[in-house]
Amino acid sequence: MEATLALEDGRVFRGKGFGARTERGGEVVFNTSLTGYQEIFTDPSYAGQLVCLTYPHIGNVGTNAFDNEAGRPYIEALIVRNFSELASNWRSQQTAEDFLARHHTPVISHIDTRALVRHLRTHGAQRAVLSTLSADGPALVTRARALPPMVGLDLARTVTCAHPYEWTEPSVEVATARPALLAGRGFSPDAQPVKGEGALAPEEARVYPRFRVVAYDFGIKQNILRRLVDVGCRVTVVPVLTSAEDVLAMKPDGVFLSNGPGDPEPCTYAVEAVRRLAGRVPVFGICLGHQIIGLALGGKTYKLKFGHHGANHPVKNLLTGKVEITAQNHGFAVDPDSLQLSEVELTHMNLNDSTLEGLRHRSLPLFSVQYHPEASPGPHDSHYLFGHFVEMMEEFKK
Amino acid sequence: MPKRTDIKKILIIGSGPIVIGQACEFDYSGTQACKALKSEGYPVVLVNSNPATIMTDPELADRTYIEPLTADYLEAIIAAERPDVLLPTVGGQTALNLAVELAESGVLEKYGVELIGASLRAIKIAEDRLWFKDAAAKCGLETPRSQLVNNLKDARSFAEKVGYPVVVRPSFTLGGTGGGIAFNPEELDEIVSRGLDLSPVHEVLIEESVLGWKEFELEVMRDLADNVVVICSIENFDPMGVHTGDSITVAPAQTLTDKEYQQMRDGAKRIIREVGVDTGGSNIQFAVHPENGRLLIIEMNPRVSRSSALASKATGFPIAKIAAKLAVGFRLDEIPNDITQKTLSSFEPTIDYVVVKIPKWQFEKFPGADRTLGTEMRSVGEVMAIGRSFAEALLKGMRSLETGKRFSFPRLSEERLRTLLVTPTPERLEALFAALRQGMGREEICRLTAIDPWFVRQLEEIVALEQTLAPQDWRTVPGELLRAAKRAGFSDQHLAELWQTTEEAVRARRLEQGVEAVFKRVDTCAAEFESFTPYLYSTYEDEDETEPTATRKIMILGSGPNRIGQGIEFDYCCCHAAFALKDAGYETLMVNCNPETVSTDYDTSDRLYFEPLTFENVMNIVARERPTAVIVQFGGQTPLNLARALEQAGVNIIGTSPDSIDWAEDRQRFSQLLRELSIPQPRHGTARSVEEAVEGAERIGYPVVVRPSYVLGGRAMVIAYDRPTVETYAQEAGEFEQAFPILIDQFLEDSFELDVDALADGEDVYIGGIMEHIEEAGIHSGDSSCVLPAYQLEARHLDTIRDYTARLARALKVVGLMNVQYAVPSRPEGGQGDTVYVLEVNPRASRTVPYVSKATGVPLAKIAALLMTGGRLRDFGLAGTASQPAFYAVKSPVFPFGRFPGVDTILGPEMKSTGEVMAVGSSFGLAFAKAQLSAGQRLPTTGHAFLSVNNRDKQALLPIARQLVEHGFQLVATRGTAEFLRQAGLGVAPVFKVNEGRPHVVDLLKTGKIQLVINTPLGRKSFYDERAIRRAAVRHQVPCITTLEGAMAAVTGIEALQKQKVEIHCLQDLHTRLAAPVARPVPPAPESRSVPQDAPLRLAPGGEPSE
Repeated sequence: MEATLALEDGRVFRGKGFGARTERGGEVVFNTSLTGYQEIFTDPSYAGQLVCLTYPHIGNVGTNAFDNEAGRPYIEALIVRNFSELASNWRSQQTAEDFLARHHTPVISHIDTRALVRHLRTHGAQRAVLSTLSADGPALVTRARALPPMVGLDLARTVTCAHPYEWTEPSVEVATARPALLAGRGFSPDAQPVKGEGALAPEEARVYPRFRVVAYDFGIKQNILRRLVDVGCRVTVVPVLTSAEDVLAMKPDGVFLSNGPGDPEPCTYAVEAVRRLAGRVPVFGICLGHQIIGLALGGKTYKLKFGHHGANHPVKNLLTGKVEITAQNHGFAVDPDSLQLSEVELTHMNLNDSTLEGLRHRSLPLFSVQYHPEASPGPHDSHYLFGHFVEMMEEFKK
Repeated sequence: MPKRTDIKKILIIGSGPIVIGQACEFDYSGTQACKALKSEGYPVVLVNSNPATIMTDPELADRTYIEPLTADYLEAIIAAERPDVLLPTVGGQTALNLAVELAESGVLEKYGVELIGASLRAIKIAEDRLWFKDAAAKCGLETPRSQLVNNLKDARSFAEKVGYPVVVRPSFTLGGTGGGIAFNPEELDEIVSRGLDLSPVHEVLIEESVLGWKEFELEVMRDLADNVVVICSIENFDPMGVHTGDSITVAPAQTLTDKEYQQMRDGAKRIIREVGVDTGGSNIQFAVHPENGRLLIIEMNPRVSRSSALASKATGFPIAKIAAKLAVGFRLDEIPNDITQKTLSSFEPTIDYVVVKIPKWQFEKFPGADRTLGTEMRSVGEVMAIGRSFAEALLKGMRSLETGKRFSFPRLSEERLRTLLVTPTPERLEALFAALRQGMGREEICRLTAIDPWFVRQLEEIVALEQTLAPQDWRTVPGELLRAAKRAGFSDQHLAELWQTTEEAVRARRLEQGVEAVFKRVDTCAAEFESFTPYLYSTYEDEDETEPTATRKIMILGSGPNRIGQGIEFDYCCCHAAFALKDAGYETLMVNCNPETVSTDYDTSDRLYFEPLTFENVMNIVARERPTAVIVQFGGQTPLNLARALEQAGVNIIGTSPDSIDWAEDRQRFSQLLRELSIPQPRHGTARSVEEAVEGAERIGYPVVVRPSYVLGGRAMVIAYDRPTVETYAQEAGEFEQAFPILIDQFLEDSFELDVDALADGEDVYIGGIMEHIEEAGIHSGDSSCVLPAYQLEARHLDTIRDYTARLARALKVVGLMNVQYAVPSRPEGGQGDTVYVLEVNPRASRTVPYVSKATGVPLAKIAALLMTGGRLRDFGLAGTASQPAFYAVKSPVFPFGRFPGVDTILGPEMKSTGEVMAVGSSFGLAFAKAQLSAGQRLPTTGHAFLSVNNRDKQALLPIARQLVEHGFQLVATRGTAEFLRQAGLGVAPVFKVNEGRPHVVDLLKTGKIQLVINTPLGRKSFYDERAIRRAAVRHQVPCITTLEGAMAAVTGIEALQKQKVEIHCLQDLHTRLAAPVARPVPPAPESRSVPQDAPLRLAPGGEPSE
């Protein structure tokens, strides 16, 4: 099968096609993580995006039912150098190709992905169409140009859950520490407990959750939910349009604002909700959640040239001076100069490009980070933030 | 936390001579550390016994000591220099062990020296298996079940408990020396007893086997603020059971999900904290059960290592450099990333290519050695290759090895194939390809080898493509298919073999079809940020990132993987060429594929091409870069082999012409030249039959040296004193189809042998050094100890040697370096004969260049590079001969015999040493004794000396024996020698030979009753007896001297040791005393001379191009 990738600026790449026979469009971005392609496929924050993975062998370990971040892949299409038709890993249940094909996602491989990345680095993220049906470059370029630009696009609404639901499952690390939790998760009962980094609540907390958290689903990654369970939370996930009043009526100990795709600016409903929740209940936001908090605090967001997508970004915790290696996936960022520093404290900074990575309110129980402390994929250096959320809820309860 | 200001002086310990398990990677790390610390303004004191290292160059540290790496010498240096901190983590296990010894003996405390980088506690926890196990358990990490034992009984009972196979690991030995896997009680007994002997603490660990598990490594760094980053993950292609130094390894890990990888990363972070590695790099090894993911931590090295050098080269993240900076207090987020310039070192490199490392073995040098690969490292070097797919990197790596083998492996029987797959040997990779070509299924191969199916699948794809390609005709093969082959890593040569044509034909077709290599950059970040450091590799993609400059540039071809006979000395020369030419204003391009070296540091040259040293790959670079000139003289045989083809392809090779090099190598042309110059050469001949051999030998006159014209399976040279020996040799040669012709040379018995390194600019000649060999003629010069100055040689001979050298250099039109070997026979009645014979001329860099440079203070290789670009010796103030040092500098070889149990340790014409040491002394004896000590042989000052020599040597043994007695030794000898010594009036205790009864001499060796062995070969009959003696000596670390010249030197050394134990010299002081004419070559302005028109691309040093 042949595949063609056409960018809005006219550049066309031709390669081999895998996965679905189809045509998909969106913004093309690249992710530099060496591991965790399945988590990337299924991260709803990638809705509306064609993802180029820079590591040249993708698919080596297949896919399994337990490493998903959502019920299905959300990437529009996958762009790789080499795509493995063979899966080799003890946990693998399905090849990456079958997995993507089943979910109608096309793949282009055998292209000079490094050339594409350099192109995006120089010219910025852009709209593109990937087709495994048509090889007509100019026609595909035209179709790419007809796609809506990412700026101004509210995609959270398209990926949020239809109805509220409860989440009680802990993370793999915690599950492996308690073999009883392993049942049906693809892990051998012999698997050794290797606990994650960060402040985990006492053992009982996981069994008898002490906090009730309401999580806004802008496209939430399941590992966030697992991490919240790990630190002793019972989580209710709610759709984005749930009002602040309805949330408060659930009497939560804390409210969580999730990651998600698209531009935060059009999500005025969520900005409004945060304004009403702030100070009445502890609030923690990640990624799009962080941007919405930034907007609610009067700040501005802007689109980065090609975004941050990877698992190796150094972030400095300005409160401790320590550096965390973080998982990142965002195309927009909060402009620190737009924030009232008398009200808002900047807590985290990206060491690569000095962009804002985290903030907290100076008086209200509210904090957020731009990156992904739940990792998956990525390093576990920032798990402590879930502990902070718990401490904040504990403090607020008193 | 900025850098510490309380540190006034830093002591760095190097790793000593190149041995198996500790090679150039520690020159790379030590050099980086010296440079990094000096650039921060810290005075650095460096100790290393290896003169062939860049780190021991006088500019690298403030005070350099080329001294034995032993506690007594270190204490003397510490007392003299009073450093306040010691950085022990960049000199391999040698430096760590020494640091532990110095700490535990109280030396560090006595002189107030603080360990930085790793604390004593951290070193000990990481080294001690039981402590490490406890530390791991505290981190929630599992280790293989194991038990420490110090006797056979306990070893057996534990093995029975966990079940065979079990792994045996001796405590505190280098690179796992003496370890192994035991499948049954008999093997257990053997390995455990050897391990107990080798372990300095007489202890081995018996461990549950994780044979066949997947093996991973993480390279981790930590700073004082507890920031931890993983620089690189490495997956071993060969599963657990094969030492990682003997495994093909791949970066990054290929078969881990993020969940598993992060488990490892979390584990690594916890263990580095628990063990207490405060700053710097650590290598952490893990095993993963392929069927259930059970994760075990195997070991940790709290220092930079071979793997960290690989990880640095694989990612562009300079681990040793950063480790040195962290050790003095910097934090990761205070150190910029050199490659991107805009970002910091506190990140985790990500890569968009695949890196494959393949070890290079040389079992052929050690006939009789078991070729099985196990937990003890056997490879002598390695190559690394970078590609945009595993297949491309693997195939590039395979051709970087320079095995000279064809790609098609002979068809093997099913049984043989299975054997080769089940038992890891150097041939396993070829066997894997053979199995796939012969149709063996992937599942079966995975079952037999335990290699991950993903890897086998990649090989399968290579074979499938090969089968698609095979029926093609090179004249008509479509461009698309050619491109597919090139993208998969096939070389032109490989394709030529498939299509039964020449490499040139394939290349021509390929270029005609527009299939050309492009170059991509290694940039630590998968192109996320712009890269400012041109570190490149070739691949077949759309976009090229070479961005060549338009300046005058010189390409230096490196020496490829380390091997016996071509090691670090040549890398040293290549680096020097790069340094000198960079200083002279040229852009320098380095081409090499050895990840251990300084030459493949992106800092060494302006542009680094990490590529195989093949015609094809070099020409790809030439096509993009269009270098002004190429230098082939410094990288040993590897680039020389390419010289002719490159020249024919229009590449401008500067320095001595390839034709001159050939002239010196071609036996006939060379003889002709010597005749014309009236320079004597030993009589010689070539024989193609037994008759011709005998006839030749008779004509030349006995004794003669008989040897094959090329080495076949380790068939060594023989020194024949009579006709039957020649006949037997020739008959045996006849049994090997290809063993003829054999070469017969007059054997200059009892000769002084000399090595000369010289520089020539086409007119003038400068003698860098005349070295006198300590061993007699007939032993490979690389295996011989030698001394500078040639103190025993008569002045008239020195004059003759100077004269001959100069004439040879002019006749061969040498521009650059030249090495000549001479022999001066002694008179039977004593004294030196009248004739100086030339044995060999090599108009190129030699193994002794770094040693001579360090002994004389003249950087020969740097000057040679500038001579090649048009400089003149007189510009550097060099004429005649180097100033005669007022001290003695001895170079001694280091052998890997301990790694090859069962192999005879006798020296011969085939080089066996892996490395060398240098020592300086105020007397020859002391310098020799120090060199022996550096080479791992502590000459005894008291005890029993065992003497056993052949009849010819008996007379000459007498003065040695007498002196030993005078120095308080008691003599022990076998019957014949004992009788002879007794008749000469010496007291001697007789001892049984091995076959005469017990206790015999080997028993005495094993029980520590003999401190010195002097044993010259007695001939074939007693061969096995002697071999047993020599093997026992190696195993029990008793100095074993196999030549009388060596014995005489040893006696002189013993005498010196008895008088004075420790004497240290700082290299910079020695050089000042020498008042060397040049400390640093400063090339003069170029207008002083014009370049002849017929030398088209000769360049003047510095300034404007000469045209």
